[in-house]
Amino acid sequence: MNEAATKITELKTALYSFHVEHGGKMVPFAGYQMPVQYPEGIVKEHQHVRNAAGIFDVSHMGQFSIYGTELDYLPLEKIVPIDLKSLKLNQSKYSVLMNKEGGIDDDLIVTKVEGGLNIVLNAACKHHDVSRIHEVIDAGKTKLHDDLSLIALQGPKAVEILNGLIPGVQDLVFMNGASFKFKGTDIYVTRSGYTGEDGFEVSIHNSLAEEFCKTLLNNNNVKMIGLGARDSLRLEAGLCLYGHDLDNKTSPIEASLSWALSKKNKEEGNFLGSEVVGEQIKNGVSKKRVGIKPEKIIAREGSKIFKDNKEIGVVTSGGFGPSVGGPVAMGYVLKEFSNEGESLELEVRGKRHGAVVYKMPFYKKSYVK
Amino acid sequence: MADKKYSKKHEWVELDGDIATIGITKHATEQLGDIVFTEVPDAGKAFEAGGEAAVVESVKAASDVYSPISGEVTENNQAIVSDPSLVNQDPEGNGWFFKVKVTNADQINELMTKDEYDKFLTESA
Repeated sequence: MNEAATKITELKTALYSFHVEHGGKMVPFAGYQMPVQYPEGIVKEHQHVRNAAGIFDVSHMGQFSIYGTELDYLPLEKIVPIDLKSLKLNQSKYSVLMNKEGGIDDDLIVTKVEGGLNIVLNAACKHHDVSRIHEVIDAGKTKLHDDLSLIALQGPKAVEILNGLIPGVQDLVFMNGASFKFKGTDIYVTRSGYTGEDGFEVSIHNSLAEEFCKTLLNNNNVKMIGLGARDSLRLEAGLCLYGHDLDNKTSPIEASLSWALSKKNKEEGNFLGSEVVGEQIKNGVSKKRVGIKPEKIIAREGSKIFKDNKEIGVVTSGGFGPSVGGPVAMGYVLKEFSNEGESLELEVRGKRHGAVVYKMPFYKKSYVK
Repeated sequence: MADKKYSKKHEWVELDGDIATIGITKHATEQLGDIVFTEVPDAGKAFEAGGEAAVVESVKAASDVYSPISGEVTENNQAIVSDPSLVNQDPEGNGWFFKVKVTNADQINELMTKDEYDKFLTESA
């Protein structure tokens, strides 16, 4: 795509002007103009989220609803292998959208709400996901909400700050949500996030998004955080980024995401791609996603991984972890080299550098359970 | 010591006799953001003008640093290896990358003056 075409097609979230006013450096991301950082820079933003609280505009992500009863939404299990019957009201589950080859078309979070399901989809995948979901769910009973913003408040101080504004959110446990009011309007808050910190994600009407952020920013412990720090935070937490650590040719078993498929679905083998997944569970996989801690050098996406001069894998995410104080990475290696502590070599700028397979997260999380 | 000269790839050169000190410009550091890793060339390594000489990495990405002038490395700055943030703090001073013994001092004339570089930045913005 040429630059001119990119500019025409790039969308803006309801907070676009707000980001610009706060000095956000706007970059194209998944078809949107999003802030990659603010004037203080990625490292300070990253540390602020680890120490206090930060606001992330994640409104580019797809907020999708399926309306109806169990009868209407149960067919979703054919493509998203979670046990929807045992999912409790207001409970969220992380899972994946499967394709027939056993690959992952997206990773997503499903929440059971009054009157159906809410699903949060990756921005770059959302339209494809919706058409995939419509293969199993009546399109007339679904909606991709373009009237809603999604705002995350993450960090150890998030609970105290958000509870001051929205009393009651402190009672939510991790991966659970509930409806609340802001300025008399319904919002839906879940205790969840993508940083390895305690925090919340707030689904709120576009017209209130800016006022909500402004109110939060009245607290000195709150800062705006860009996509750059979002990436370093999630990498330290060992969380996958779709399109990098996961893709439509990689199975959830290879991706070390077996836990994201329900036991029931795995046993029954009743979902798309389950023959591939079932075979891999039974006979093992040839490659596996692991955490990798380079000794010194930063190895980025695409760096080749070697063991005794044999190429055994590739880095899918890598960078500097500000809280770790050094480089961190994840990638895929041949199964026999995937054990914790295995020493590896990473090729960066034509030279090999030492690294070890590391049990993620790189940075210890503090979710409230 | 002569005034600093600047390259289109955002390096600066300061020539003192036949020894040139090379670093990256303040503008470059502002574009890169927080610098978290640097790799500097060993003494004895020789470069042609425009050759890849060092590496600078921010949280976001790795970038090459080119030598704007031909020569052989006489010294590198270990201070920016142990504390890469020094490049952000003082890019055109203590955050220098390496020094070369130049083979052709006339090459410095092909680089931009401070005013020319500032104009170049405005025009390419």
